[in-house]
Amino acid sequence: MPQTLSSGARAHAGQPARVQPATAASAEQAARRAEPVLVTGVGAVTPLGVGARTLHERWSAGVCGIQDGEGACVDFDPRDFLTAKEARRADRFTQLAIAASTEALADAGWADAGQGERAGGREGGLPYPPSRIGCVVGTGIGGIATLVAGQDALRDRGPEAVSPLAVPLMMSNAGAAALSMRHGLRGPSFAVSTACASGAHALGCALRMLQSGEADAVVAGGSEAGLMPLARAAFGALDALSPSGVSRPFDARRDGFVMGEGAAVLVLERAGDAHARGARALGVLRGYGASSDAHHLTAPLEDGEGQAAAMRAALADAGVAAQEIDYVNAHGTSTPLNDRAETRAIKLALGEHAGRVPVSSTKSAIGHLLGAAGAVEAVATLLALRDRIAPPTLGLSEPDPELDLDYVPGAARPLQIDGPRPPLALSNSFGFGGHNAVLCLEGA
Amino acid sequence: MSTAVTEEEIEKLVVESLQTFGAEPEQITRDATFEELDIDSLDLAELSQIVHESYGVELKGSDVADVKTVEDAIKLIAERV
Repeated sequence: MPQTLSSGARAHAGQPARVQPATAASAEQAARRAEPVLVTGVGAVTPLGVGARTLHERWSAGVCGIQDGEGACVDFDPRDFLTAKEARRADRFTQLAIAASTEALADAGWADAGQGERAGGREGGLPYPPSRIGCVVGTGIGGIATLVAGQDALRDRGPEAVSPLAVPLMMSNAGAAALSMRHGLRGPSFAVSTACASGAHALGCALRMLQSGEADAVVAGGSEAGLMPLARAAFGALDALSPSGVSRPFDARRDGFVMGEGAAVLVLERAGDAHARGARALGVLRGYGASSDAHHLTAPLEDGEGQAAAMRAALADAGVAAQEIDYVNAHGTSTPLNDRAETRAIKLALGEHAGRVPVSSTKSAIGHLLGAAGAVEAVATLLALRDRIAPPTLGLSEPDPELDLDYVPGAARPLQIDGPRPPLALSNSFGFGGHNAVLCLEGA
Repeated sequence: MSTAVTEEEIEKLVVESLQTFGAEPEQITRDATFEELDIDSLDLAELSQIVHESYGVELKGSDVADVKTVEDAIKLIAERV
């Protein structure tokens, strides 16, 4: 009996008998859908150091964080961010995420970040009701070091030696869970796992949560900590890792990616709410597009069509024309296959404009951070746009005749922006399995 | 189980374990509650494992459910070894 259900629902919600016409609700939804989503805080831990600005400043200055063929976060000390108890309750990928989120929330002006758990998850310094703040953290692998330690204990000392902490530390959602508990975030929280596109997909998810009204703010990013023998051997067996240990995207001598570790977290809020609380915006997450190659477990579609579809979708979602794009932060892994397919994809998606737009790869400075890459590169892109520069592709000195875009070799360069408007960029992320995710970002 | 294990030895094992779990050393007394020490069910699962490895005694979740203080834990383990 629909009538009974309807009146019951109204009574339960405490609504007056006269309900608003459906058009008012859909108009509200449409307004929310159209409202810009601002980035109000960023945090990162990368091989270039601790801090989002450190990443931006060092990469822009041409500093490379890769040592001995890997991008390790050698400056990161978990004790700077976690108590001894918190640290042993977190795999390294979670520790990195906690550090990045702590910086991001402070950067957004969310007072008392870090008090959530100790305050029993109550509001504390959060600017929204906790139940209205979501959390999405991407990871490609999750707690692989914890998994291997558990396997070692099982093999050497038997099943009774496997730690009760093994499952809660290795699970891929441990990062999202830790951020939710640490900061008292009680809206939807979960992990996204699409290999090397995880971080970008997490931000895309966050954008949709804000546009749909599922949350008023989302703390989102990506994290990865896979610098250990099993991951090295496994990626090595795929011929994906660089035997030379040099990350030189788009160079003729590129021979695979250099593995890195790290995390980045962004705080996202709708413009109206952010302005109402006097927040400073670093930029706007203008759009998100995703596609799948449906082609191969590890190789991209050679013609770049799958990746181009995600780029076009991001442009359409942002309401931006190809010729308005001022910079492309490439996936640029330094593998022979990716850099060729991605160059084709950029040409397919941007047409003639592809030859004019600067394209560079953060991975030339920090290596490939796998599930963290999309989030770290979104942060790097946003801060570069604010400074109106295209950071460089490092290590690119021998051009590949097949790859003929402007890859900003060697040194950063000012962006050429036509007229008084904010700069726009695309940030590409493509994962094993053929998952493509592209973000359209606008700098403040 | 061997009767050679003394309560002092058990206390030493428990205190060392609690420190490993992140409890503040100066707060660990026999009267201290696990709540005060921020010791939770995951820590007690680890403690059960350490006890098993050290003395071959199995403590199940239901065994440690009523354990509220450091003293409770020491007594429970002493009863079983």
